[in-house]
Amino acid sequence: MSWITVNRNEPAIDPNAPPILSAALCEKIRSLFPRYDTKRAVLLPALHMVQDGLGHIPWQAMKEIADILEIHPSDVIDTISFYTHFWTHPKGMKVITACRSVSCETMGGVAVLLELKKQLGIGEHETTPDGRFSLVTEECLAGCDHAPCLLINEKLHRCVKVEDVGRILADDNNDRISQKRSDLFDAPAGDSKSKDVSGLESTSDVAEMKASE
Amino acid sequence: MAAFEPVLLRNRGVEQSTTLKVYESRGGYQGVRKALKQTPDEVVEEVKNANLRGRGGAGFPAGVKWSFLPKDRTRTLLCVNADESEPPTFCNRILMETDPHQLIEGTIIAGFATQSQTAYIYLRVEFHEQFHIVQKAVEEAYAAGYLGKKIFGSEYSLDIYVHRGAGAYVCGEETGLIESLEGKRGWPRIKPPFPAVEGLFGQPTVVNNVETLSCLPHILERGAEWFTSIGPDHSAGPKLFCVSGPVKNPGCYEGPMTISVRDLIERNDLGGGMRDGKKVKCVLPGGVSMGALSVDELDMKLDFADPRNYGLLGLGTAAAVVIDESVDMRMVLQNLARFYGTESCGQCTQCREGTSWMYKIATRIASGAGRISDLDLLLETARNMGMMPGYSICGLPDGATYPIETIIKKFRPELEASINAQAPGKAEALFTVLN
Ligand SMILES: Cc1cc2nc3c(=O)[nH]c(=O)nc-3n(C[C@H](O)[C@H](O)[C@H](O)COP(=O)(O)O)c2cc1C
Ligand code: SF4
Ligand code: FES
Repeated sequence: MSWITVNRNEPAIDPNAPPILSAALCEKIRSLFPRYDTKRAVLLPALHMVQDGLGHIPWQAMKEIADILEIHPSDVIDTISFYTHFWTHPKGMKVITACRSVSCETMGGVAVLLELKKQLGIGEHETTPDGRFSLVTEECLAGCDHAPCLLINEKLHRCVKVEDVGRILADDNNDRISQKRSDLFDAPAGDSKSKDVSGLESTSDVAEMKASE
Repeated sequence: MAAFEPVLLRNRGVEQSTTLKVYESRGGYQGVRKALKQTPDEVVEEVKNANLRGRGGAGFPAGVKWSFLPKDRTRTLLCVNADESEPPTFCNRILMETDPHQLIEGTIIAGFATQSQTAYIYLRVEFHEQFHIVQKAVEEAYAAGYLGKKIFGSEYSLDIYVHRGAGAYVCGEETGLIESLEGKRGWPRIKPPFPAVEGLFGQPTVVNNVETLSCLPHILERGAEWFTSIGPDHSAGPKLFCVSGPVKNPGCYEGPMTISVRDLIERNDLGGGMRDGKKVKCVLPGGVSMGALSVDELDMKLDFADPRNYGLLGLGTAAAVVIDESVDMRMVLQNLARFYGTESCGQCTQCREGTSWMYKIATRIASGAGRISDLDLLLETARNMGMMPGYSICGLPDGATYPIETIIKKFRPELEASINAQAPGKAEALFTVLN
């Protein structure tokens, strides 16, 4: 619901702070310029890379991306706020996306979601206190032939039953895919994944929105 | 009827079907070689003769769409719509997973016919494995000289780039897709100008669906006549059908557009009948946006013409979800209303307000606090939004109108009975469960 206005806590960026995007990452973003007529068209790929490298997209990164693409930082925020995939505050190491569309819901997805909430001890759009998991729901993941579906980071879990939830959560490799990865939209090696979850807010825009209703 | 031989899915189940080597060994990249020996206009003509109607939902003939491009253009851009966000559709996923080179070959043919220099495959971000598969296939095609400069020794050059979305249904709408590709919010544009005249980066642009493009190699290789010999006149060519829900074999199947919804559910080579003795109550046969069928209407043919006879918007994506008798239609109504309420991009007042009010009303009904008059209120709200009555920029609210309207019309007795049977005070208790 991109049109709902939420309080985004007046970002304050320290003008003297050192850059958070590494030179290698900036170079990788620039390397996509020849593909498009405008620099702005590189925004979505750039956001994917930054979120991949930092775990989320901090305010300062938005400003730095804006500088690279020669657009205004507000344009970056404008785009980010439209898409559900981008996080503007720290998320868990693994994001569990439960499908809630019609096939999954009628095939037992509701019970799976309840079980997830119970075992993780969190609600939708929240993150566990240890920072391991965030839980979100999404519309159809296009895996309806194997409903109900869960996506854990990149890995699609199919035909999930309530009794599978514990096993899936306990599996360390529950987000690994079998394909050989292409690094096209990944951050270059060396861009630290943000493992620091201190000061983690367990709210998201949607949760804030719900609270403000 | 002679057994149907798979065309689009012919490489499914073949070992390493995603590799260039296997694709070529099974006759791949022949259609494009033929195309490049002709003139672009001849290719457009061939596709027109094949009457290849768009598989993305609207069913507009691909060849005709291409001929809307201005004759004096100097640049053209091609967008491959791989956003596949309509629940419960997954045929594009299957095509990309099993045969990415078929898509690339189709893209080259469409690129040549429209004289495009660049093609972007706009892929929804949730397709992770599929992204790596498609990207790898593109890299293989570049390495083989099938993409880039002067491909297959012709004068034609084409670059294909994979571009990932970020989670928004409306980015499947062609102008929403274009805006999103430009790095903006995926807000559909007011038409005209149509993308063919002014699309991506202000250039003449063609947007085609993955399945539409995957048909092209076969049309070029075997000819328009062969293509039109499959299925009825108005619905030529092979088509992918998806079926999900409690059937024995949910999945994606290929066939001519002569099969009915009942066939799709019951035939042993298709859905295989219902699981665990469950009974069909309702089917949404074309993706959720086309509307619902009751159990008496399963003889509807899955082609471009018949759905209109059953009060549906169209064939849509030909992806059927079967809902069995144990499911409360109030929940289905709420689920669908929520989908449109959260996915409306919010530009147009009628769509933004209409879809979110429908969600609120449907939630009231689902939580056991509904009124009979709410059903009429939903119908009234549904009729007052959409492109067809002329109140909105894109087709999303039309897609919201049809399922809500058809479910209320076709399942009214059940909905009324549920409302009449509501226990007083239950509403509050249910609300806490639902939220
Ligand atoms: C709200 C909305 C969502 C759409 N989503 C998709 C989609 O996910 N995939 C798709 O191919 N077409 C989608 N379409 C249809 C496209 O606008 C467009 O008609 C199609 O990509 C044209 O390709 P085709 O002519 O090859 O079918 C959508 C349309 C609307 C109004
Ligand atoms: S009709 Fe709805 S989804 Fe389409 S542009 Fe308008 S508000 Fe957005
Ligand atoms: S409905 Fe859940 S994956 Fe499609």
